Amino acid sequence: MATDQEGLPEVLLFMKPPAFVLVGEQPFTSDKFRYLKVYESPLPLDQFLLTHAQSVQAILSSGGAPVTADILRLLPAVRVVVTTSAGLNQIDLPECRRRGIKVANTGDTYSADVADMAVGLLIDVMRKISASDGYVRQRRWSTEGDFPLASKLGGKRVGVVGLGNIGCEVAKRLEAFGCRIAYNSRKPKSYVSYPFYPNVCELASNCDVLVICCALTEQTHHLINKKVLSALGKDGIIVNIGRGPIIDEKEMVRCLVRGEVAGAGLDVFENEPDVPKELFSLDNVVLSPHCAVFTRESLINVSELVVGNLEAFFSNKPLLSEYADD
Amino acid sequence: MESIGVLMTCPPTYPYLVEELEKRFTLYKFQAIQDKAHFLNTHKAAIRAVVGNSGFGADAELINMLPNLEIVSSFSVGLDKVDLAKCKERKIRVTNTPDVLTEDVADLAIGLMLAVLRRLCESDRYVRSGKWKRGDYKLTTKFSGKTVGIIGLGRIGMAIAKRAGAFSCPINYYTRTKKPDVNYKYYPSVVELAANCHILVVACPLTEETRHIVNREVIDALGPKGVLINIGRGPHVDEPELVSALVEGRLGGAGLDVFENEPHVPEQLFALENVVLLPHVGSGTVETRQAMADLVVGNLEAHFLNKPLLTPVV
Repeated sequence: MATDQEGLPEVLLFMKPPAFVLVGEQPFTSDKFRYLKVYESPLPLDQFLLTHAQSVQAILSSGGAPVTADILRLLPAVRVVVTTSAGLNQIDLPECRRRGIKVANTGDTYSADVADMAVGLLIDVMRKISASDGYVRQRRWSTEGDFPLASKLGGKRVGVVGLGNIGCEVAKRLEAFGCRIAYNSRKPKSYVSYPFYPNVCELASNCDVLVICCALTEQTHHLINKKVLSALGKDGIIVNIGRGPIIDEKEMVRCLVRGEVAGAGLDVFENEPDVPKELFSLDNVVLSPHCAVFTRESLINVSELVVGNLEAFFSNKPLLSEYADD
Repeated sequence: MESIGVLMTCPPTYPYLVEELEKRFTLYKFQAIQDKAHFLNTHKAAIRAVVGNSGFGADAELINMLPNLEIVSSFSVGLDKVDLAKCKERKIRVTNTPDVLTEDVADLAIGLMLAVLRRLCESDRYVRSGKWKRGDYKLTTKFSGKTVGIIGLGRIGMAIAKRAGAFSCPINYYTRTKKPDVNYKYYPSVVELAANCHILVVACPLTEETRHIVNREVIDALGPKGVLINIGRGPHVDEPELVSALVEGRLGGAGLDVFENEPHVPEQLFALENVVLLPHVGSGTVETRQAMADLVVGNLEAHFLNKPLLTPVV
C-alpha cells in the first residue's frame, strides 16, 4: 500500500475538483486515506507521477482532469478511479477495463438536480423567463408595454435522447406538465411505455423539443448534427445538459441565428468556458455555465459517496457505485 | 349583431381579440378615448357589453354609466377588477376564462421556482457577461424534494401541486376550508403554512379577504431561506414589506409575475440576484391567449344569441 509518514493510503488528485472549491475540501476528507495533490507540485505531470505515485492505487477524477491511457501507463499500481463528475467521458474506459481498474461513478446522486436544470432551461426558453426578467429590469415594461407572447409547454412532444437515470427523471417531470414523451437510446427500455425511436433523426422529426441526456462517447460525438437539427425544424427547441460535443455546435449556432431552430437551453458547450458570441444577442437562448450539479445538496451528497467509495476500496469492500457498462 | 356596442376597457394590444370582436360587434376602445365621461354619455344606449382583462374591468362607477349593460366578458380568470356585487344587483352576466390558462400559469409557477432556486436568469447573465471565463458560478439550491406550500387549491393550485409532485416536493396548502379528497397536508392559517414550507405560492383569487394575505407576519414565518412565488395578483402581497424583507435578507428569494401597481416594479428589486421579475405573463402564450379570446367572443355570442354562456361566473 502506498503510504506516507502518517501511514494512510493515498488518492491521486490531478486538479482541484470544482466541488472542493464550491463546498470546501473538508466533506471529502477521511481518516482512512489522504490526497496526493499533483496540482500543488511544481513538477511536470510525468515527472511527478514517476517520482511520487508509483504505488498509488486510487485516483479521484473530475471532469477537467482526463484519465488517459498515457497517464495510466505511468501508474502501475492504480486499481480504482472514483469520479466526482456525472460523465465518464474524461476517463479512458477501455484502458481501465484492460487493466482491471474499477471505476466508481456518481450513481444517481446528481440525477434530480440535472433533470431539474433541464426542465428549468426548457420552461425558461419556451416561456422566455430570462428574457422577460431582463425586460423588466431594463425598465422596458413601463416604457414599451407588454412583453411579446411566448410558447405553451403543455401538450408539446418531447424527445429524450438517452433514457438513463437522468433521462428518466426528465421524462417523469415533463409528463406532469402534459408533455408527450418519446425517446432514443442505444436499446429500447422494456420498463417504460414511452414510444422508442431507433434513430435520433426520426425522433427529432416527431418532436417539438429534444432534450440531450446521454453520455458523451465516440458514438454520440456530434450526434445532433445538421440533419437532426433540420428534422427538428424551425419551431423546435433543443436542451443540452449532457456534454457540449454531443451537438455540432457551429451548426446549431448557425441554425439559431438563421431562425431554423426556435430556441435552445444549454448548460454545456464544446469548448467551455468559451461560448459562441453569436448566442449572446439571441433572446431565444438560455445559457448556463455548466452548473447542473452545483447545488450544495448534490455536492455534499457526492462527497459522502466519494468518501464511501474510497473507504470501501481501501477496506477491500465492494464499491458503492461501481460503473458497469450495460 | 354588428349594432351591438362592446366597450373594451383594457388596452387593445391583442390583435386577434380586437379583430374577432370587430367582426361581430361595434367595438369601442375605451383607453383611446380622451373625454371618457362625454363618450359614455353619448354612447350609453349602444353599449351592451364590456370586455376587460386582469388590469382593467368594470367597476361600480362604470357600470352605473351604462344602463344597457348586459354582460361583462373578462379576458382573464381573475375578476378582482369587476364589481361582481354590482353586476349581481343589476343582473349583468359576467364571464371569465378559466381552464384554458390553468396549465400555462402552473407551468410558470414552477418555472419561477426553478429560476429562483437555481438562479437561471442570473447565471444566463453571468455567461453573457464573460464572467464564466474567470470562474465557476456559485452554488445554487436544489429544488427537487423541497416542501411547497400553496395558498389556494383551486384549478391553478392543484395544477401546481401536480407538477411539484413530479419533483418529489411534499405539498402543503391553505384554503378557507380543508379539502376532503386531497392528499396534501392542510394548514389552517397562512402563517402556519409559511412556517412549514420552503417555497410559498400564492394561487388564490384576489378578494377583500385575500388582499395582503402575504403580510409581514407571513414573510417572517417563511424566513431567510424561504422563497415566495406570486402568480396571483400583486395586492395579494404587502409589497413594501416584501421589498424590505428581500433587501434586508429576511426573505430568501422571490419569483414574481404580478405587482401591486403594474407595470411599475419596485426598483430596489433590480439589484437583487435572488428575485425573478416577470411582466405579468402567466397566461402569455400564443396558444393560450387565442383560447382565451375564443372564450371571450364565444361567451358574448352565446349571450346575444340567447344561448347558455360558456363560462359564466355571475
